[in-house]
Amino acid sequence: MTIQILGSGCAKCNLLEKTTREAIAELGLSASVEKISDFGTIAAMGVMTTPALGVNGVIRSSGKVLTKDQVKALLAV
Amino acid sequence: MIETYIAWWVYTVLAVPQGPLGAVLEFFIYDTGKIFLLLVTIIFVISFLRTFFPVETTKRLISKLPPGVGNVLAALLGIVTPFCSCSAVPLFIGFVRGGIPLGVTFSFLIASPMINEVALVMLAGLFGWKIALIYIGTGLLIAIVAGLVIGALKLESSVEGFVFGKEGPSLAEVKPSWKERAKTAWGETTDILYKVWLYVLVAIAIGAFIHGYVPEDFFVQYLGKGQWYSVPLATLLGVPLYSNAAGIIPIISALFEKGVPLGTALAFMMAVTALSFPEFVILRKVLKPRLLGAFIAVVSLGIMITGYVFNAVSLS
Repeated sequence: MTIQILGSGCAKCNLLEKTTREAIAELGLSASVEKISDFGTIAAMGVMTTPALGVNGVIRSSGKVLTKDQVKALLAV
Repeated sequence: MIETYIAWWVYTVLAVPQGPLGAVLEFFIYDTGKIFLLLVTIIFVISFLRTFFPVETTKRLISKLPPGVGNVLAALLGIVTPFCSCSAVPLFIGFVRGGIPLGVTFSFLIASPMINEVALVMLAGLFGWKIALIYIGTGLLIAIVAGLVIGALKLESSVEGFVFGKEGPSLAEVKPSWKERAKTAWGETTDILYKVWLYVLVAIAIGAFIHGYVPEDFFVQYLGKGQWYSVPLATLLGVPLYSNAAGIIPIISALFEKGVPLGTALAFMMAVTALSFPEFVILRKVLKPRLLGAFIAVVSLGIMITGYVFNAVSLS
C-alpha cells in the first residue's frame, strides 16, 4: 500500500502527514508514505485544495486536515 | 442595557474615575464581547454554508458559463468557497486546466480573500451592517471588473507553461451528513478563533486607547478628504499587513471615528485583505511577472477608485 500526502509543505500538510503516520502505526499497516509537493503533479491528480490524501494513487480526501480516526477509516477500507 | 451594566462594572466595581481611562475600559469590554460573540456565530454559519460549496462544485458551476456571467458567479462563489492562500496555486492550475478563462479565474481569486468571514464580522461589529454591505458590494464589483479587465488584456501567454496540461480526474464527491457538516464548521470556527484572538484583543485595545485619548477630528488634517494622497497611501500601507483583518479593522474603526474618511478607511481594509506580499510570492509560481504586475495594478486601481468615490460621496 502506498499513501500520498499532497501539499506544498504548509503547516497543514505537515500535520496531515504526522497524523497519517500515526494512523498507519496504530493500524499496524505496512504502507509507504510519499510526499508530493510538485504543483504540476498535484493538479494532474485532480487536487485543487491542499492538503490532500491519496491511497494507492487515488485521492480520498482534499482540503482537510483529517483526524486520526478519519485517516484510519480511509485506510481500513 | 449592556452598556449600563459595563459602566456599572467599570465605575462602581472597579472604581475607575470618570475620564478617558474609564471610556477606554468601557469601550474595550463592550467591543471585545460583541466581536467574539459575532466571530463565533458568523464564522460557524459561513463555514457551515461552505460545506455545500467545495471548490470542485464551484469549478463545475463556473465552467458552464460564458465570460461576463462567469465573472459575476466566480466572484460570488469566491465568498462561499473555502479557500486558503496555500491552495491558491493548485486551485489556479485546476481552474485553468478545466478550461475556465483567465479573467474568470481572477474574479474568484480576488473576491475570495477580500470578502472573508473575519473581515465581515469585524466590519459588521465595529462599523455596522451598512458599511459591511458596502464593503461586500464594492469588493464584488472590484473582483468582477478586475477579472474582466485581466481577461480583456489577453495575457494567457504570461501564465507559466507548466500550468497548462491535462486536466486531472474529477474527485469523488463527498456528501457529508448534517452532523459532519456541523462538526467541520465548528472545527473551522475554533481554528480561526485560535489564530486571531490575540490580534483581535490587541487591536481592540489599541482602538479603545485611540477612542479614549486621541482628540476628535485629529486625523482630518493628515488623512482627511482634502488630502488627495490619503487613498493611495492607505492602499500602499495595507499591502504588508497581510490578511490581518482581525488585527487591523478595530484600529481603522477608531481612526474612522476620529476623522479618517470612509473611502480611505475602505481602501485600507481592501488593501489589507486583497493585496498581500506573501500572496504575490505564491502567485509568482504560476504567473509571469507581466501578469502578476497586471493583477496588482488592476486590483490596486480598483481599490483606489473605490476610496476616492466613497470619499467624494461622503463629502456631500
